[in-house]
Amino acid sequence: MKTKIRKIVTFLEETHSEMGRQVNPPTRRAAAAAVIENPYAGTYVEDLSELMEIGEELGGLLTERAVAALGIPGASAESYGKAAAVGENGELEHAAAILHPKLGTPVRKALGKGAALIPSSKKRGGPGVALDIPLGHKDAAFVRSHFDGMEVRVNDAPRANEILVAIAVTDSGRPLPRVGGLTKSQIKGEDGLR
Amino acid sequence: MPEVQLRKRVIIVEEVFHEGGPVAALPLRRAAAVAVIHNPFAGKYVPEIAGFMEDLNPLGLEMAKTLVAALGGDPKIVEGYGKGAIVGQAGELEHGALWHVPGGYAMREILGNAKAIVASTKKVGGPGTRLDVPITHINASYVRSHFDSMEVGIADAPKTNEILLALVMTTGPRVHARVGGLKASEIKGQDGLR
Repeated sequence: MKTKIRKIVTFLEETHSEMGRQVNPPTRRAAAAAVIENPYAGTYVEDLSELMEIGEELGGLLTERAVAALGIPGASAESYGKAAAVGENGELEHAAAILHPKLGTPVRKALGKGAALIPSSKKRGGPGVALDIPLGHKDAAFVRSHFDGMEVRVNDAPRANEILVAIAVTDSGRPLPRVGGLTKSQIKGEDGLR
Repeated sequence: MPEVQLRKRVIIVEEVFHEGGPVAALPLRRAAAVAVIHNPFAGKYVPEIAGFMEDLNPLGLEMAKTLVAALGGDPKIVEGYGKGAIVGQAGELEHGALWHVPGGYAMREILGNAKAIVASTKKVGGPGTRLDVPITHINASYVRSHFDSMEVGIADAPKTNEILLALVMTTGPRVHARVGGLKASEIKGQDGLR
């Protein structure tokens, strides 16, 4: 593996009630985050292809970890998202190189499908910085019940020469969705939008 | 005593491969089980609260079982433990102290004959408050390589009328432990200290 990983952290969240109302079955979100060495820390490099390959490796690894935390087959996942935080000696473009060119294909392979764009966010920060991973339905971006987000953080990462990369996968939408819009039962699944 | 009302559960697993030194043959793993419950004593001074400890036992047991499962299912690999609580704004620190007995009981029950006192911490806080849960060796508190901690927290908890409860287990020493002191191999195992 090209990626030099210092640490992997997985998170599993279950919401059992909201405003005193039972959520049954509980909604569940999982995320897996890797703390990796930034090969380009401290210098401006034109060609970021090594980070793109790292993105490809992490796409598969982190999706598999998140799905395993949920304990479901990949195809049963409902929404997903990705995010990265670059340590102080890196550039935002390093996060972009990991997240955008090659990370998506192995994510979709692990989940069976995934016609929709994978929502993403990125930032630069120090150890303990919070990543708010945006979430959207994996087959139809307009499914309103699945617009969501998951906060993750790792207290000792990213160090200055590191990048924190996270992928979130759910088996559900928000706990008590009731603001209308496209529902998951109405998905056509042709264009990734509806 | 009131029934335990659960809003949310979170499981966090950290896998540490290295921290700038040699990559560990077996990565250190730290796992935390966190539960967010309604604080039945919020908003008023209630003199008699101790009965709630017994009500927390089943939740504690479930959390301890979940932790062992998250670490692979074999209680024998657990070498360190700790516990903690964050009480929401309408509660008092004493409500966090309710977790001492059931949290400790639950981990001992699942781990068998763990001899050392379970290290703990607690505080009052709002949503997103972080807690550094202290960790020590399960059989001898003075084992220096196993003095550790794990930061836990949930973005939306504890709310004003809630308590966040945490249990933590680890599978070994700090990843590059090298500051001497009592070693795990030197444990006498009689008093829980050495």
